[in-house]
Amino acid sequence: MSTVLKPRPDEAPPEHPMESILRMDRMPHIWCPSCGIGTAVNCFASAVRKAEFDLDHVSIVSGIGCTGRVAGYLRLDSFHTTHGRPIAFATGLKLARPDLKVVVFSGDGDLMAIGGNHFIHAARRNQDLTIICVNNFNYAMTGGQLAPTTPVTARASTAPYGNYDAPFNLPFLAESCGAVYVARWTVLHFRRLINSMVKALTKPGFTFIEVIAPCATLYARKNKLGDGRDLLHFYREQSEIQHGANTKDVDIEFQKKIICGEFVDKVRPTFLDRMNDMYEARLGEEYEDYGGCCGEV
Amino acid sequence: MRLWREPFDADKLGLPRGTVTIITERCKGCGFCVDYCPRGVLAISEDFNAKGYHPPEVVEPGRCVNCDLCEMICPEFAIFCVPAEEATR
Amino acid sequence: MSEPRFAPADPKGVLTGTYFLDGDHACCEGALAAGCRFVAGYPITPSTEVVERFSARAPRVGAMFIQMEDELASSIAIQGAVWGGAKAMTVTSGPGFSLMMEHIGLAVMTETPCVFVNVQRGGPSTGLPTLTGQADVMQARWGSHGDYEIIAISPDSPQECFDLMLDAFNLSERYRVPVMFMMDECVGHMTEKVVIPPAEEIMVEERHWTDKPGLDYLPFAANANGVPDMTRAGEGHRIHVTGLTHDEKGYPVINAEAQEKLVRRLVEKIRLNAEDIIRIRERDLEGAEVVVLSYGITSRVAERAIVLAREQGVKVGSLRLVTLWPFPERRIRELAEQVGSFVVAEINYGQMFYEVERCAAGKAPVLLAPHGGGTVHSPEQILEKIMEARACRQS
Repeated sequence: MSTVLKPRPDEAPPEHPMESILRMDRMPHIWCPSCGIGTAVNCFASAVRKAEFDLDHVSIVSGIGCTGRVAGYLRLDSFHTTHGRPIAFATGLKLARPDLKVVVFSGDGDLMAIGGNHFIHAARRNQDLTIICVNNFNYAMTGGQLAPTTPVTARASTAPYGNYDAPFNLPFLAESCGAVYVARWTVLHFRRLINSMVKALTKPGFTFIEVIAPCATLYARKNKLGDGRDLLHFYREQSEIQHGANTKDVDIEFQKKIICGEFVDKVRPTFLDRMNDMYEARLGEEYEDYGGCCGEV
Repeated sequence: MRLWREPFDADKLGLPRGTVTIITERCKGCGFCVDYCPRGVLAISEDFNAKGYHPPEVVEPGRCVNCDLCEMICPEFAIFCVPAEEATR
Repeated sequence: MSEPRFAPADPKGVLTGTYFLDGDHACCEGALAAGCRFVAGYPITPSTEVVERFSARAPRVGAMFIQMEDELASSIAIQGAVWGGAKAMTVTSGPGFSLMMEHIGLAVMTETPCVFVNVQRGGPSTGLPTLTGQADVMQARWGSHGDYEIIAISPDSPQECFDLMLDAFNLSERYRVPVMFMMDECVGHMTEKVVIPPAEEIMVEERHWTDKPGLDYLPFAANANGVPDMTRAGEGHRIHVTGLTHDEKGYPVINAEAQEKLVRRLVEKIRLNAEDIIRIRERDLEGAEVVVLSYGITSRVAERAIVLAREQGVKVGSLRLVTLWPFPERRIRELAEQVGSFVVAEINYGQMFYEVERCAAGKAPVLLAPHGGGTVHSPEQILEKIMEARACRQS
């Protein structure tokens, strides 16, 4: 039978299955009611469990912003870095310790505006990193400003008359820079998102997932879209799964169709593969394959 | 479930059953679980927690099939399912 | 564990021998001898040779070099590597140093030991890319926003570019603080004899690894000397590292109490340990009518000026700053009571000069021998200031 538990104030609440991967001493988290970031984190927790990683060897790096707070709630080695730079930090961490699984979990503004340069270069190099980009179409933490993903005509605090600036098509950007796995899901597609995350986490190279999430307090409110529930209804109505779609065609227009799915899944040598190959060719037997520069691990 | 004939192994099959636990003090009343439970198990309650949010309540306890949807979609880690002891038709 | 623990350098990174090297190349070798195995950099004159050499040495010593897309990326990639467990440095000049300021602040706030090499050139802005300057020395101390203290070192020769890199890495480990290695283009591009000793004679300070298991370890809980023990990712400590004001666990705490507790400690861990950190070279200060205070390449010109002044009967001493920061306040205050005057010679329009003047507190006159950059002072320029200082010296 089913239970509703209302613990007494002095009683500990029941243990949720994901608690071992969360920093329960920091709960409840700061995200608003009906914010999609919590669901994205829930999916990530499921994915990491499903992929059976040794959690001591998974590191998570995030930037600044609402999604940037993710690092603070996951009980992994977590790094809350400067605005726009988690990918560069993660590059350093991963190259020093190729044995670690390094994940970057940050927002659209952090990764694609100020962090854009680092994104394109890490993708170009095919660094072995998984990037989970939660896209809520604005800079939520600072009050709902325009982001490079804000659709045309949407309102933001720095576009009070409506945005006229052309936004990025993130899967197209990721593919053109060289990402080997590119997918987009909304938080409503949580099962598919979990499986997609498992794939992205276990695939070598630069893997990228755009997670469309509701921002009730800023983006939805400023654009009179209701709250998270209403946005989830919208995703249900307007999202369409098209695996293998041409990323050129998956632009997002304001309150129009959202194409989801796995768009790119290919193989390319990673940065370290290329490095080792080159040095082997040039230095011959003298060269020992690079396995990290931190001594014994 | 509507069947056009009785399955041959009908006596061996059973629908999974689940028990939902709601950590009411953690809930922020977003309503995701209520909207997307495929079995209509949940509804927003009239009660409220210490923060003033209305958590869900179980209105159809017998219908939970342990699909874990509410557990996966909840942004607050405030609801989860475990298999119930017995599986029934 | 808060006592320094030394071990002989890893021979793999030590190119023992006697060489004719320029400062940039010696700096690279110094880093390798100190155990640096990760460099992220971006080309910028006159520092590029440091990373060019490192890129050649890296595959032969099991180190990682990556040329990042800009200095912003370089300055944080090294911090990622440090948290993976490596000793790391980045290398730049003025314009890149400015770009790195935010991440210097991050390294201070997260107590990440690493070395930032700035081979200074003429500024401001693009300035004189191929010619010397010493005008970033205040920026090394104050460049990032917020309250903090760092350690800055100024070598005067290619040999010192090697030797002092060992100090730079050791001090950064001891105090879990980024160290600014403030070379200048002259020192970086001049070629001199550099002796690299055998590995067993080079003592390198090991990272102060914690011995606490799992979640018992608090990444920002300080030892008696104000410095927490360090760890790296993958040890089961499940650390959280943030640039937000935080508590001993590393969790963000956004209030005045947490700010006072944390930032005061970050500042005091350098200030209260200043005597251990400060390195200065003094000569002939006893009864000096003029003390010439200088650093880097200027100190070598100053030596010539001092010889010329002595020939004219002036009692001149010299004080060379090896560490620029923390500034030797106590020593300058002491000397201001004893010596006749100071001349501060630097390749800028007055930076360390203000520190000397502040500490002298009017007890002895302090004169500035400035220079705009592009070349070094002539000995005569410094000599002129020495004579001027002597004329107005206190008795």
